[in-house]
Amino acid sequence: MRWLRDNLFSSWPNALATLAILWLAWRLLPPLVEWAFLHAVWSAPDSRPCHAAGAGACWALITERYRFILFGTYPYEQHWRPALGILVLLVLYVTSALRRFWRPALALAWVGGLALIGVLMWGGVFGLPYVENERWGGLMLTLLLATFGIAFAFPLSILLALGRRSQLPAVHAVSVLWIELVRGVPLISLLFMASVMVPLFLPAGVSIDKLLRALIAMIVFAAAYLAEVVRGGLQAIPHGQGEAADALGLPYWRKTLLVVLPQALRISIPPLVNTFIAFFKDTSLVVIIGLFDLLTSIKVTLEDPGWRGFGVEAYLFASLVYFVFCFAMSRYSQNLERELERGHVRTERGA
Amino acid sequence: MADKPMIEMRGVGKWFGKFQVLKNVDISVAQGEKIVLCGPSGSGKSTLVRLVNGLEPYQAGKVTVDGIELKNDAKTIEAVRGEVGMVFQSFNLFPHLTALENLTLAPVWVRRMPKKEAEALALQLLERVRIAEQAHKYPAQLSGGQQQRVAIARALAMKPKIMLFDEPTSALDPEMIKEVLDVMVELAGEGMTMVVVTHEMGFARTVADRVVFMDQGEIVESAAPKTFFEAPRTDRARLFLSQILGH
Repeated sequence: MRWLRDNLFSSWPNALATLAILWLAWRLLPPLVEWAFLHAVWSAPDSRPCHAAGAGACWALITERYRFILFGTYPYEQHWRPALGILVLLVLYVTSALRRFWRPALALAWVGGLALIGVLMWGGVFGLPYVENERWGGLMLTLLLATFGIAFAFPLSILLALGRRSQLPAVHAVSVLWIELVRGVPLISLLFMASVMVPLFLPAGVSIDKLLRALIAMIVFAAAYLAEVVRGGLQAIPHGQGEAADALGLPYWRKTLLVVLPQALRISIPPLVNTFIAFFKDTSLVVIIGLFDLLTSIKVTLEDPGWRGFGVEAYLFASLVYFVFCFAMSRYSQNLERELERGHVRTERGA
Repeated sequence: MADKPMIEMRGVGKWFGKFQVLKNVDISVAQGEKIVLCGPSGSGKSTLVRLVNGLEPYQAGKVTVDGIELKNDAKTIEAVRGEVGMVFQSFNLFPHLTALENLTLAPVWVRRMPKKEAEALALQLLERVRIAEQAHKYPAQLSGGQQQRVAIARALAMKPKIMLFDEPTSALDPEMIKEVLDVMVELAGEGMTMVVVTHEMGFARTVADRVVFMDQGEIVESAAPKTFFEAPRTDRARLFLSQILGH
Protein backbone atom coordinates (compact mmCIF):
# COMPACT_ATOMS: atom_id res chain seq x y z
CA MET A 1 0.00 0.00 0.00
CA ARG A 2 2.71 2.32 1.04
CA TRP A 3 4.67 1.51 -2.14
CA LEU A 4 1.56 2.29 -4.18
CA ARG A 5 1.15 5.65 -2.55
CA ASP A 6 4.85 6.59 -2.85
CA ASN A 7 5.37 5.52 -6.42
CA LEU A 8 2.05 5.69 -8.24
CA PHE A 9 -0.09 8.24 -6.42
CA SER A 10 2.47 10.62 -4.96
CA SER A 11 0.90 13.67 -6.63
CA TRP A 12 -2.15 14.58 -8.69
CA PRO A 13 -0.46 14.42 -12.11
CA ASN A 14 1.19 11.18 -11.09
CA ALA A 15 -2.11 9.67 -9.99
CA LEU A 16 -3.79 10.75 -13.25
CA ALA A 17 -1.00 9.19 -15.30
CA THR A 18 -1.30 5.95 -13.34
CA LEU A 19 -5.06 5.83 -13.89
CA ALA A 20 -4.68 6.60 -17.59
CA ILE A 21 -2.18 3.78 -18.03
CA LEU A 22 -4.38 1.35 -16.08
CA TRP A 23 -7.35 2.26 -18.28
CA LEU A 24 -5.30 1.75 -21.47
CA ALA A 25 -4.05 -1.60 -20.23
CA TRP A 26 -7.59 -2.68 -19.35
CA ARG A 27 -8.80 -1.70 -22.82
CA LEU A 28 -5.88 -3.14 -24.80
CA LEU A 29 -4.56 -6.19 -22.99
CA PRO A 30 -7.62 -8.47 -22.97
CA PRO A 31 -8.23 -8.22 -26.74
CA LEU A 32 -4.52 -8.70 -27.35
CA VAL A 33 -4.41 -11.85 -25.21
CA GLU A 34 -7.56 -13.11 -26.91
CA TRP A 35 -6.09 -12.51 -30.33
CA ALA A 36 -2.62 -13.85 -29.63
CA PHE A 37 -3.49 -16.83 -27.43
CA LEU A 38 -7.11 -17.64 -26.64
CA HIS A 39 -8.57 -17.48 -30.13
CA ALA A 40 -5.37 -18.17 -32.02
CA VAL A 41 -5.21 -20.93 -34.59
CA TRP A 42 -2.15 -22.95 -33.69
CA SER A 43 -2.12 -25.49 -36.43
CA ALA A 44 -3.84 -26.01 -39.71
CA PRO A 45 -2.72 -27.32 -43.11
CA ASP A 46 -3.73 -24.03 -44.72
CA SER A 47 -5.20 -20.68 -43.80
CA ARG A 48 -8.89 -21.63 -44.04
CA PRO A 49 -9.53 -22.00 -40.28
CA CYS A 50 -7.86 -18.62 -39.77
CA HIS A 51 -10.52 -16.95 -41.93
CA ALA A 52 -13.32 -18.23 -39.71
CA ALA A 53 -15.26 -15.56 -37.83
CA GLY A 54 -13.69 -14.73 -34.46
CA ALA A 55 -10.42 -16.45 -35.24
CA GLY A 56 -7.37 -14.83 -33.64
CA ALA A 57 -3.77 -14.91 -34.66
CA CYS A 58 -2.96 -17.38 -37.37
CA TRP A 59 0.09 -19.01 -35.80
CA ALA A 60 -0.60 -21.98 -38.01
CA LEU A 61 1.28 -20.04 -40.67
CA ILE A 62 4.40 -20.30 -38.56
CA THR A 63 3.94 -23.89 -37.38
CA GLU A 64 3.15 -24.97 -40.90
CA ARG A 65 5.84 -23.03 -42.73
CA TYR A 66 8.56 -22.66 -40.09
CA ARG A 67 10.97 -24.89 -41.95
CA PHE A 68 10.76 -22.72 -45.02
CA ILE A 69 11.18 -19.58 -42.89
CA LEU A 70 14.25 -20.97 -41.12
CA PHE A 71 15.95 -22.71 -44.01
CA GLY A 72 14.61 -21.00 -47.13
CA THR A 73 14.83 -22.93 -50.36
CA TYR A 74 17.34 -25.42 -49.03
CA PRO A 75 16.25 -28.91 -50.21
CA TYR A 76 13.51 -30.01 -47.85
CA GLU A 77 14.79 -33.47 -46.99
CA GLN A 78 18.25 -31.99 -46.24
CA HIS A 79 16.99 -29.45 -43.69
CA TRP A 80 18.79 -31.25 -40.87
CA ARG A 81 22.02 -29.88 -42.33
CA PRO A 82 21.37 -26.15 -41.84
CA ALA A 83 19.63 -27.03 -38.57
CA LEU A 84 22.80 -28.71 -37.33
CA GLY A 85 24.75 -25.75 -38.74
CA ILE A 86 22.70 -23.30 -36.69
CA LEU A 87 23.27 -25.46 -33.63
CA VAL A 88 27.04 -25.43 -34.24
CA LEU A 89 26.92 -21.62 -34.56
CA LEU A 90 24.94 -21.30 -31.33
CA VAL A 91 27.43 -23.50 -29.48
CA LEU A 92 30.25 -21.33 -30.84
CA TYR A 93 28.46 -18.15 -29.75
CA VAL A 94 27.90 -19.44 -26.23
CA THR A 95 31.41 -20.77 -25.70
CA SER A 96 32.88 -17.53 -27.02
CA ALA A 97 30.74 -15.61 -24.58
CA LEU A 98 32.11 -17.39 -21.55
CA ARG A 99 35.37 -15.91 -20.43
CA ARG A 100 36.76 -19.17 -19.15
CA PHE A 101 36.93 -20.40 -22.75
CA TRP A 102 38.94 -17.37 -23.87
CA ARG A 103 42.10 -19.15 -24.88
CA PRO A 104 43.82 -19.98 -28.16
CA ALA A 105 41.88 -23.24 -28.51
CA LEU A 106 38.73 -21.14 -29.04
CA ALA A 107 40.11 -19.82 -32.32
CA LEU A 108 40.68 -23.41 -33.42
CA ALA A 109 37.14 -24.27 -32.39
CA TRP A 110 35.88 -21.46 -34.63
CA VAL A 111 37.95 -22.59 -37.60
CA GLY A 112 36.79 -26.18 -37.07
CA GLY A 113 33.18 -25.14 -36.50
CA LEU A 114 33.02 -22.96 -39.60
CA ALA A 115 34.66 -25.68 -41.69
CA LEU A 116 32.07 -28.13 -40.37
CA ILE A 117 29.29 -25.70 -41.31
CA GLY A 118 30.79 -25.32 -44.78
CA VAL A 119 30.81 -29.09 -45.24
CA LEU A 120 27.26 -29.36 -43.92
CA MET A 121 25.89 -26.58 -46.08
CA TRP A 122 27.65 -27.32 -49.36
CA GLY A 123 27.97 -31.05 -48.97
CA GLY A 124 29.37 -32.90 -51.92
CA VAL A 125 31.51 -35.00 -49.56
CA PHE A 126 30.81 -37.83 -47.11
CA GLY A 127 27.78 -38.83 -49.14
CA LEU A 128 26.05 -35.47 -48.60
CA PRO A 129 24.43 -34.26 -51.82
CA TYR A 130 25.88 -30.99 -53.10
CA VAL A 131 23.76 -27.89 -52.48
CA GLU A 132 24.83 -24.71 -54.29
CA ASN A 133 24.71 -21.65 -52.10
CA GLU A 134 21.99 -20.00 -54.20
CA ARG A 135 19.66 -22.29 -52.31
CA TRP A 136 20.90 -21.36 -48.84
CA GLY A 137 18.46 -19.23 -47.00
CA GLY A 138 16.37 -18.25 -44.05
CA LEU A 139 17.75 -17.85 -40.56
CA MET A 140 20.89 -19.79 -41.46
CA LEU A 141 21.79 -17.23 -44.11
CA THR A 142 21.09 -14.34 -41.76
CA LEU A 143 23.33 -15.87 -39.09
CA LEU A 144 26.07 -16.65 -41.60
CA LEU A 145 26.04 -13.11 -42.99
CA ALA A 146 26.08 -11.60 -39.50
CA THR A 147 28.73 -13.94 -38.11
CA PHE A 148 31.14 -13.70 -41.02
CA GLY A 149 30.36 -10.03 -41.41
CA ILE A 150 31.28 -9.15 -37.83
CA ALA A 151 34.15 -11.64 -37.64
CA PHE A 152 35.89 -9.92 -40.56
CA ALA A 153 34.64 -6.37 -40.16
CA PHE A 154 35.69 -6.00 -36.54
CA PRO A 155 39.42 -6.76 -36.93
CA LEU A 156 39.41 -4.71 -40.13
CA SER A 157 37.81 -1.80 -38.30
CA ILE A 158 40.57 -1.87 -35.67
CA LEU A 159 43.18 -1.66 -38.43
CA LEU A 160 41.26 1.22 -40.06
CA ALA A 161 40.98 3.09 -36.77
CA LEU A 162 44.69 2.65 -36.08
CA GLY A 163 45.39 3.61 -39.69
CA ARG A 164 43.42 6.81 -39.35
CA ARG A 165 45.64 7.78 -36.41
CA SER A 166 48.81 6.64 -38.13
CA GLN A 167 51.72 8.98 -38.85
CA LEU A 168 52.36 7.18 -42.14
CA PRO A 169 50.74 9.35 -44.84
CA ALA A 170 49.74 6.49 -47.16
CA VAL A 171 48.15 4.39 -44.40
CA HIS A 172 46.38 7.44 -43.04
CA ALA A 173 45.05 8.47 -46.45
CA VAL A 174 43.73 5.00 -47.31
CA SER A 175 41.97 4.71 -43.95
CA VAL A 176 40.36 8.14 -44.14
CA LEU A 177 39.30 7.56 -47.74
CA TRP A 178 37.75 4.19 -46.93
CA ILE A 179 35.89 5.39 -43.87
CA GLU A 180 34.59 8.61 -45.37
CA LEU A 181 33.63 7.17 -48.76
CA VAL A 182 31.85 4.14 -47.36
CA ARG A 183 30.08 6.03 -44.60
CA GLY A 184 28.83 8.49 -47.16
CA VAL A 185 26.74 5.98 -49.12
CA PRO A 186 23.81 3.83 -48.02
CA LEU A 187 24.41 0.12 -47.51
CA ILE A 188 21.79 -0.57 -50.17
CA SER A 189 23.83 1.18 -52.81
CA LEU A 190 26.91 -0.79 -51.81
CA LEU A 191 24.91 -4.00 -52.11
CA PHE A 192 23.66 -2.96 -55.55
CA MET A 193 27.17 -2.20 -56.64
CA ALA A 194 28.36 -5.56 -55.38
CA SER A 195 25.56 -7.40 -57.11
CA VAL A 196 25.23 -5.50 -60.37
CA MET A 197 28.34 -3.46 -61.06
CA VAL A 198 31.16 -5.70 -59.88
CA PRO A 199 30.39 -8.49 -62.38
CA LEU A 200 30.60 -5.94 -65.20
CA PHE A 201 34.15 -5.02 -64.28
CA LEU A 202 35.43 -8.51 -63.69
CA PRO A 203 37.40 -9.99 -66.60
CA ALA A 204 35.59 -12.60 -68.66
CA GLY A 205 35.61 -16.02 -67.07
CA VAL A 206 36.08 -14.71 -63.54
CA SER A 207 33.01 -14.71 -61.41
CA ILE A 208 32.57 -14.19 -57.74
CA ASP A 209 29.59 -15.75 -56.15
CA LYS A 210 26.73 -13.36 -55.32
CA LEU A 211 26.61 -14.35 -51.66
CA LEU A 212 30.32 -13.65 -51.31
CA ARG A 213 29.98 -10.31 -53.08
CA ALA A 214 27.18 -9.29 -50.76
CA LEU A 215 29.20 -10.41 -47.76
CA ILE A 216 32.22 -8.39 -48.88
CA ALA A 217 30.03 -5.31 -49.37
CA MET A 218 28.65 -5.70 -45.87
CA ILE A 219 32.11 -6.19 -44.35
CA VAL A 220 33.42 -3.08 -46.13
CA PHE A 221 30.43 -1.14 -44.83
CA ALA A 222 30.47 -2.40 -41.25
CA ALA A 223 34.24 -1.94 -40.97
CA ALA A 224 33.92 1.77 -41.77
CA TYR A 225 31.29 2.28 -39.07
CA LEU A 226 33.06 0.18 -36.46
CA ALA A 227 36.34 1.96 -37.21
CA GLU A 228 34.91 5.24 -35.98
CA VAL A 229 33.65 3.56 -32.82
CA VAL A 230 37.07 2.07 -32.16
CA ARG A 231 38.72 5.41 -32.92
CA GLY A 232 36.53 7.01 -30.28
CA GLY A 233 37.82 4.48 -27.77
CA LEU A 234 41.41 5.06 -28.84
CA GLN A 235 41.03 8.79 -28.38
CA ALA A 236 39.80 8.36 -24.84
CA ILE A 237 43.04 6.68 -23.76
CA PRO A 238 45.31 9.24 -22.05
CA HIS A 239 48.46 10.15 -23.91
CA GLY A 240 50.55 9.03 -20.94
CA GLN A 241 49.61 5.38 -21.49
CA GLY A 242 51.32 5.26 -24.85
CA GLU A 243 54.30 7.22 -23.50
CA ALA A 244 54.72 4.84 -20.57
CA ALA A 245 54.69 1.90 -22.98
CA ASP A 246 57.18 3.73 -25.22
CA ALA A 247 59.45 4.44 -22.28
CA LEU A 248 59.45 0.73 -21.39
CA GLY A 249 60.63 0.01 -24.92
CA LEU A 250 57.46 -1.70 -26.19
CA PRO A 251 57.45 -1.51 -29.99
CA TYR A 252 54.35 -0.17 -31.76
CA TRP A 253 52.37 -3.37 -32.24
CA ARG A 254 53.05 -4.72 -28.77
CA LYS A 255 52.18 -1.35 -27.27
CA THR A 256 48.97 -1.29 -29.28
CA LEU A 257 47.92 -4.86 -28.51
CA LEU A 258 48.93 -5.00 -24.85
CA VAL A 259 48.34 -1.49 -23.58
CA VAL A 260 46.18 0.63 -25.86
CA LEU A 261 43.59 -1.70 -27.40
CA PRO A 262 42.56 -3.56 -24.23
CA GLN A 263 41.63 -0.23 -22.69
CA ALA A 264 40.15 1.32 -25.82
CA LEU A 265 37.96 -1.67 -26.65
CA ARG A 266 36.72 -2.01 -23.09
CA ILE A 267 35.33 1.51 -23.05
CA SER A 268 33.96 1.00 -26.57
CA ILE A 269 31.81 -2.01 -25.67
CA PRO A 270 28.46 -0.18 -25.55
CA PRO A 271 28.81 1.60 -28.90
CA LEU A 272 30.42 -1.49 -30.46
CA VAL A 273 27.51 -3.71 -29.47
CA ASN A 274 25.15 -1.04 -30.68
CA THR A 275 26.79 -1.23 -34.09
CA PHE A 276 26.84 -5.05 -34.03
CA ILE A 277 23.10 -5.10 -33.36
CA ALA A 278 22.44 -2.61 -36.13
CA PHE A 279 24.59 -4.71 -38.46
CA PHE A 280 22.75 -7.91 -37.54
CA LYS A 281 19.49 -6.32 -38.58
CA ASP A 282 21.04 -4.69 -41.65
CA THR A 283 21.72 -8.15 -43.05
CA SER A 284 18.02 -8.15 -43.94
CA LEU A 285 18.80 -5.63 -46.69
CA VAL A 286 20.19 -8.42 -48.85
CA VAL A 287 16.56 -8.99 -49.79
CA ILE A 288 16.98 -6.33 -52.45
CA ILE A 289 19.65 -8.26 -54.32
CA GLY A 290 17.69 -11.46 -54.12
CA LEU A 291 19.46 -13.30 -51.34
CA PHE A 292 17.13 -15.43 -49.35
CA ASP A 293 17.55 -14.38 -45.72
CA LEU A 294 15.10 -14.73 -42.86
CA LEU A 295 13.03 -11.72 -43.86
CA THR A 296 12.93 -12.74 -47.53
CA SER A 297 11.60 -16.15 -46.64
CA ILE A 298 8.84 -14.46 -44.65
CA LYS A 299 8.04 -12.30 -47.63
CA VAL A 300 7.92 -15.29 -49.96
CA THR A 301 5.75 -17.22 -47.52
CA LEU A 302 3.25 -14.40 -47.58
CA GLU A 303 3.14 -14.47 -51.38
CA ASP A 304 1.87 -18.04 -51.16
CA PRO A 305 -1.86 -17.80 -52.03
CA GLY A 306 -2.67 -20.23 -49.24
CA TRP A 307 -1.28 -17.88 -46.60
CA ARG A 308 -1.87 -14.45 -47.99
CA GLY A 309 -3.06 -11.80 -45.54
CA PHE A 310 -1.29 -12.96 -42.39
CA GLY A 311 1.62 -10.57 -42.52
CA VAL A 312 1.19 -9.46 -38.91
CA GLU A 313 1.81 -12.96 -37.57
CA ALA A 314 4.68 -13.61 -39.93
CA TYR A 315 6.45 -10.35 -39.22
CA LEU A 316 5.85 -10.68 -35.48
CA PHE A 317 7.59 -14.02 -35.65
CA ALA A 318 10.51 -12.58 -37.61
CA SER A 319 10.76 -9.72 -35.11
CA LEU A 320 10.83 -12.22 -32.27
CA VAL A 321 13.72 -14.10 -33.86
CA TYR A 322 15.68 -10.88 -34.45
CA PHE A 323 14.83 -9.71 -30.96
CA VAL A 324 16.11 -12.88 -29.30
CA PHE A 325 19.51 -12.51 -30.93
CA CYS A 326 19.80 -8.75 -30.41
CA PHE A 327 18.62 -8.91 -26.82
CA ALA A 328 21.13 -11.69 -26.10
CA MET A 329 23.92 -9.49 -27.53
CA SER A 330 22.79 -6.53 -25.48
CA ARG A 331 22.54 -8.45 -22.20
CA TYR A 332 25.84 -10.15 -22.80
CA SER A 333 27.61 -6.85 -23.41
CA GLN A 334 26.22 -5.46 -20.17
CA ASN A 335 27.52 -8.48 -18.29
CA LEU A 336 30.88 -8.24 -19.96
CA GLU A 337 31.16 -4.58 -19.07
CA ARG A 338 30.39 -5.32 -15.45
CA GLU A 339 32.89 -8.16 -15.34
CA LEU A 340 35.68 -6.14 -16.92
CA GLU A 341 34.93 -3.25 -14.63
CA ARG A 342 35.70 -5.36 -11.58
CA GLY A 343 38.92 -4.18 -10.02
CA HIS A 344 39.13 -1.11 -12.22
CA VAL A 345 36.79 1.11 -10.32
CA ARG A 346 38.06 3.00 -7.37
CA THR A 347 36.21 0.85 -4.85
CA GLU A 348 38.53 1.49 -1.96
CA ARG A 349 41.84 3.18 -1.56
CA GLY A 350 44.48 0.85 -0.24
CA ALA A 351 45.87 2.05 3.07
CA MET B 1 83.63 8.86 -12.93
CA ALA B 2 86.59 9.10 -15.21
CA ASP B 3 85.17 7.02 -18.08
CA LYS B 4 82.74 8.21 -20.72
CA PRO B 5 79.56 9.93 -19.55
CA MET B 6 76.21 8.10 -19.40
CA ILE B 7 74.35 11.02 -20.92
CA GLU B 8 75.94 13.66 -23.06
CA MET B 9 74.21 16.55 -24.80
CA ARG B 10 76.10 18.94 -27.05
CA GLY B 11 74.50 22.07 -28.47
CA VAL B 12 71.01 20.59 -28.35
CA GLY B 13 68.19 22.68 -29.78
CA LYS B 14 64.52 21.86 -29.93
CA TRP B 15 61.54 23.70 -31.33
CA PHE B 16 57.80 23.24 -30.92
CA GLY B 17 56.75 24.81 -34.19
CA LYS B 18 58.37 28.24 -34.18
CA PHE B 19 58.89 28.29 -30.41
CA GLN B 20 62.32 27.25 -29.29
CA VAL B 21 62.06 25.20 -26.09
CA LEU B 22 65.71 24.20 -25.77
CA LYS B 23 68.58 26.50 -26.72
CA ASN B 24 72.07 25.18 -27.19
CA VAL B 25 71.97 22.81 -24.22
CA ASP B 26 75.25 21.26 -23.09
CA ILE B 27 75.18 18.77 -20.27
CA SER B 28 77.05 15.67 -19.33
CA VAL B 29 76.00 13.12 -16.70
CA ALA B 30 78.55 10.67 -15.38
CA GLN B 31 77.81 7.12 -14.36
CA GLY B 32 76.24 7.02 -10.89
CA GLU B 33 75.71 10.77 -10.86
CA LYS B 34 72.48 12.25 -9.54
CA ILE B 35 71.26 15.38 -11.23
CA VAL B 36 68.36 17.47 -10.05
CA LEU B 37 66.85 19.66 -12.76
CA CYS B 38 64.87 22.63 -11.57
CA GLY B 39 63.51 25.85 -12.93
CA PRO B 40 60.26 27.72 -13.47
CA SER B 41 57.51 26.04 -15.45
CA GLY B 42 58.08 26.27 -19.15
CA SER B 43 61.82 26.36 -18.68
CA GLY B 44 62.29 23.19 -20.74
CA LYS B 45 63.34 20.83 -17.95
CA SER B 46 60.66 18.21 -18.66
CA THR B 47 61.41 18.41 -22.36
CA LEU B 48 65.07 17.86 -21.60
CA VAL B 49 64.50 14.59 -19.70
CA ARG B 50 61.98 13.39 -22.28
CA LEU B 51 64.63 13.88 -24.92
CA VAL B 52 66.97 11.43 -23.19
CA ASN B 53 64.79 8.40 -24.00
CA GLY B 54 63.49 9.66 -27.31
CA LEU B 55 59.97 10.62 -26.18
CA GLU B 56 60.71 13.95 -27.84
CA PRO B 57 62.74 14.42 -31.00
CA TYR B 58 65.32 17.18 -31.19
CA GLN B 59 66.38 19.30 -34.15
CA ALA B 60 69.89 20.48 -33.43
CA GLY B 61 73.00 19.20 -31.67
CA LYS B 62 73.82 15.72 -30.50
CA VAL B 63 72.52 13.47 -27.70
CA THR B 64 74.46 10.38 -26.68
CA VAL B 65 73.17 7.93 -24.07
CA ASP B 66 75.53 5.23 -22.82
CA GLY B 67 77.55 5.53 -26.01
CA ILE B 68 74.53 5.32 -28.33
CA GLU B 69 73.88 8.42 -30.37
CA LEU B 70 70.15 9.21 -30.48
CA LYS B 71 69.30 9.95 -34.07
CA ASN B 72 65.50 10.34 -33.93
CA ASP B 73 65.12 6.98 -35.65
CA ALA B 74 63.40 3.85 -34.38
CA LYS B 75 66.59 1.83 -34.08
CA THR B 76 68.62 4.08 -31.82
CA ILE B 77 65.56 5.11 -29.84
CA GLU B 78 64.76 1.47 -29.16
CA ALA B 79 68.35 0.77 -28.11
CA VAL B 80 68.38 3.74 -25.73
CA ARG B 81 65.01 2.88 -24.20
CA GLY B 82 66.44 -0.45 -23.15
CA GLU B 83 68.96 1.44 -20.99
CA VAL B 84 66.71 4.13 -19.58
CA GLY B 85 63.81 3.88 -17.16
CA MET B 86 61.31 6.68 -16.75
CA VAL B 87 58.89 7.73 -14.02
CA PHE B 88 56.12 10.19 -14.89
CA GLN B 89 54.31 12.85 -12.92
CA SER B 90 50.96 11.16 -13.52
CA PHE B 91 52.28 7.61 -12.81
CA ASN B 92 50.84 6.26 -16.09
CA LEU B 93 50.35 2.77 -14.71
CA PHE B 94 48.36 0.51 -17.02
CA PRO B 95 44.91 0.49 -15.39
CA HIS B 96 43.79 -2.81 -16.92
CA LEU B 97 46.69 -4.71 -15.35
CA THR B 98 47.48 -5.51 -11.72
CA ALA B 99 50.56 -4.01 -10.09
CA LEU B 100 52.41 -7.27 -10.72
CA GLU B 101 51.33 -7.43 -14.36
CA ASN B 102 52.41 -3.81 -14.82
CA LEU B 103 55.89 -4.92 -13.80
CA THR B 104 56.08 -8.13 -15.83
CA LEU B 105 54.69 -6.71 -19.10
CA ALA B 106 57.87 -5.20 -20.51
CA PRO B 107 60.34 -7.88 -19.31
CA VAL B 108 58.15 -10.58 -20.86
CA TRP B 109 57.24 -8.78 -24.10
CA VAL B 110 60.41 -6.81 -24.74
CA ARG B 111 63.11 -8.91 -23.09
CA ARG B 112 61.42 -12.27 -23.73
CA MET B 113 61.94 -13.20 -20.09
CA PRO B 114 60.06 -16.36 -19.02
CA LYS B 115 56.88 -15.43 -17.14
CA LYS B 116 57.88 -17.18 -13.90
CA GLU B 117 61.20 -15.41 -13.83
CA ALA B 118 59.58 -12.05 -14.58
CA GLU B 119 57.11 -12.56 -11.75
CA ALA B 120 59.86 -13.44 -9.29
CA LEU B 121 61.74 -10.31 -10.33
CA ALA B 122 58.57 -8.22 -10.07
CA LEU B 123 57.79 -9.45 -6.57
CA GLN B 124 61.34 -8.74 -5.48
CA LEU B 125 61.07 -5.19 -6.85
CA LEU B 126 57.68 -4.61 -5.26
CA GLU B 127 59.23 -5.77 -2.00
CA ARG B 128 61.97 -3.23 -2.54
CA VAL B 129 59.48 -0.38 -2.90
CA ARG B 130 57.60 -1.85 0.10
CA ILE B 131 54.38 -2.66 -1.67
CA ALA B 132 54.61 -6.44 -2.24
CA GLU B 133 51.35 -7.06 -0.36
CA GLN B 134 49.49 -5.01 -3.00
CA ALA B 135 50.91 -6.97 -5.93
CA HIS B 136 47.55 -8.26 -7.12
CA LYS B 137 45.63 -5.01 -6.85
CA TYR B 138 44.74 -2.83 -9.80
CA PRO B 139 46.16 0.72 -9.96
CA ALA B 140 42.75 2.27 -9.20
CA GLN B 141 42.77 0.43 -5.86
CA LEU B 142 46.08 1.98 -4.82
CA SER B 143 46.82 5.42 -3.39
CA GLY B 144 48.83 7.91 -5.41
CA GLY B 145 51.99 7.23 -3.43
CA GLN B 146 51.59 3.49 -3.88
CA GLN B 147 50.96 3.92 -7.60
CA GLN B 148 54.11 5.98 -8.02
CA ARG B 149 56.16 3.38 -6.14
CA VAL B 150 54.76 0.68 -8.45
CA ALA B 151 55.69 2.91 -11.40
CA ILE B 152 59.28 3.15 -10.11
CA ALA B 153 59.41 -0.62 -9.69
CA ARG B 154 58.00 -1.04 -13.20
CA ALA B 155 60.81 1.05 -14.66
CA LEU B 156 63.38 -0.87 -12.59
CA ALA B 157 62.07 -4.20 -13.90
CA MET B 158 63.80 -3.46 -17.21
CA LYS B 159 67.11 -3.17 -15.30
CA PRO B 160 67.93 0.29 -16.63
CA LYS B 161 71.31 1.96 -16.23
CA ILE B 162 69.72 5.39 -16.01
CA MET B 163 66.50 6.47 -14.30
CA LEU B 164 64.64 9.61 -15.36
CA PHE B 165 62.07 11.17 -13.05
CA ASP B 166 59.73 13.83 -14.44
CA GLU B 167 58.24 15.60 -11.41
CA PRO B 168 57.52 12.29 -9.64
CA THR B 169 55.92 13.85 -6.58
CA SER B 170 54.05 16.81 -8.10
CA ALA B 171 50.75 14.93 -8.45
CA LEU B 172 50.84 13.50 -4.92
CA ASP B 173 49.06 14.53 -1.77
CA PRO B 174 51.63 15.97 0.67
CA GLU B 175 51.51 13.01 3.06
CA MET B 176 52.50 10.63 0.28
CA ILE B 177 55.49 12.54 -1.02
CA LYS B 178 57.85 11.13 1.56
CA GLU B 179 57.17 7.46 0.79
CA VAL B 180 58.10 8.08 -2.84
CA LEU B 181 61.16 10.21 -2.05
CA ASP B 182 62.39 7.53 0.40
CA VAL B 183 62.38 4.97 -2.40
CA MET B 184 64.26 7.40 -4.65
CA VAL B 185 66.84 8.11 -1.95
CA GLU B 186 67.43 4.38 -1.54
CA LEU B 187 67.81 3.98 -5.27
CA ALA B 188 70.35 6.80 -5.30
CA GLY B 189 72.23 5.06 -2.50
CA GLU B 190 72.57 1.99 -4.70
CA GLY B 191 74.53 3.93 -7.29
CA MET B 192 71.85 4.44 -9.97
CA THR B 193 72.45 7.23 -12.46
CA MET B 194 69.49 9.56 -11.97
CA VAL B 195 68.11 12.68 -13.61
CA VAL B 196 65.29 14.11 -11.54
CA VAL B 197 63.04 17.02 -12.40
CA THR B 198 61.65 18.14 -9.08
CA HIS B 199 60.87 21.05 -6.84
CA GLU B 200 61.69 19.01 -3.73
CA MET B 201 64.68 21.02 -2.64
CA GLY B 202 65.22 18.83 0.43
CA PHE B 203 65.74 15.89 -1.89
CA ALA B 204 68.09 17.96 -4.04
CA ARG B 205 70.17 18.93 -1.01
CA THR B 206 70.58 15.40 0.34
CA VAL B 207 70.83 13.36 -2.84
CA ALA B 208 71.96 15.44 -5.80
CA ASP B 209 75.56 15.61 -6.88
CA ARG B 210 74.65 18.57 -9.00
CA VAL B 211 71.69 20.91 -9.32
CA VAL B 212 71.01 22.16 -12.81
CA PHE B 213 68.89 25.28 -13.05
CA MET B 214 67.09 25.99 -16.29
CA ASP B 215 65.19 29.01 -17.49
CA GLN B 216 63.66 29.77 -20.90
CA GLY B 217 65.20 26.72 -22.53
CA GLU B 218 68.72 27.33 -21.33
CA ILE B 219 70.88 25.87 -18.64
CA VAL B 220 71.55 28.89 -16.48
CA GLU B 221 73.46 27.35 -13.60
CA SER B 222 74.95 24.00 -12.78
CA ALA B 223 76.52 23.54 -9.37
CA ALA B 224 76.78 21.37 -6.30
CA PRO B 225 73.58 21.73 -4.22
CA LYS B 226 75.35 23.52 -1.38
CA THR B 227 76.77 26.12 -3.74
CA PHE B 228 73.55 26.49 -5.66
CA PHE B 229 71.33 26.98 -2.64
CA GLU B 230 73.70 29.14 -0.63
CA ALA B 231 75.37 31.18 -3.31
CA PRO B 232 73.46 31.22 -6.59
CA ARG B 233 75.40 33.13 -9.17
CA THR B 234 72.57 34.56 -11.25
CA ASP B 235 69.59 36.75 -10.47
CA ARG B 236 67.27 34.33 -12.22
CA ALA B 237 68.31 31.51 -9.90
CA ARG B 238 68.04 33.77 -6.88
CA LEU B 239 64.52 34.81 -7.91
CA PHE B 240 63.50 31.21 -8.49
CA LEU B 241 64.88 30.10 -5.13
CA SER B 242 63.16 32.91 -3.29
CA GLN B 243 59.85 31.92 -4.92
CA ILE B 244 60.17 28.24 -4.24
CA LEU B 245 61.62 28.41 -0.74
CA GLY B 246 59.73 31.51 0.27
CA HIS B 247 56.37 29.98 1.04
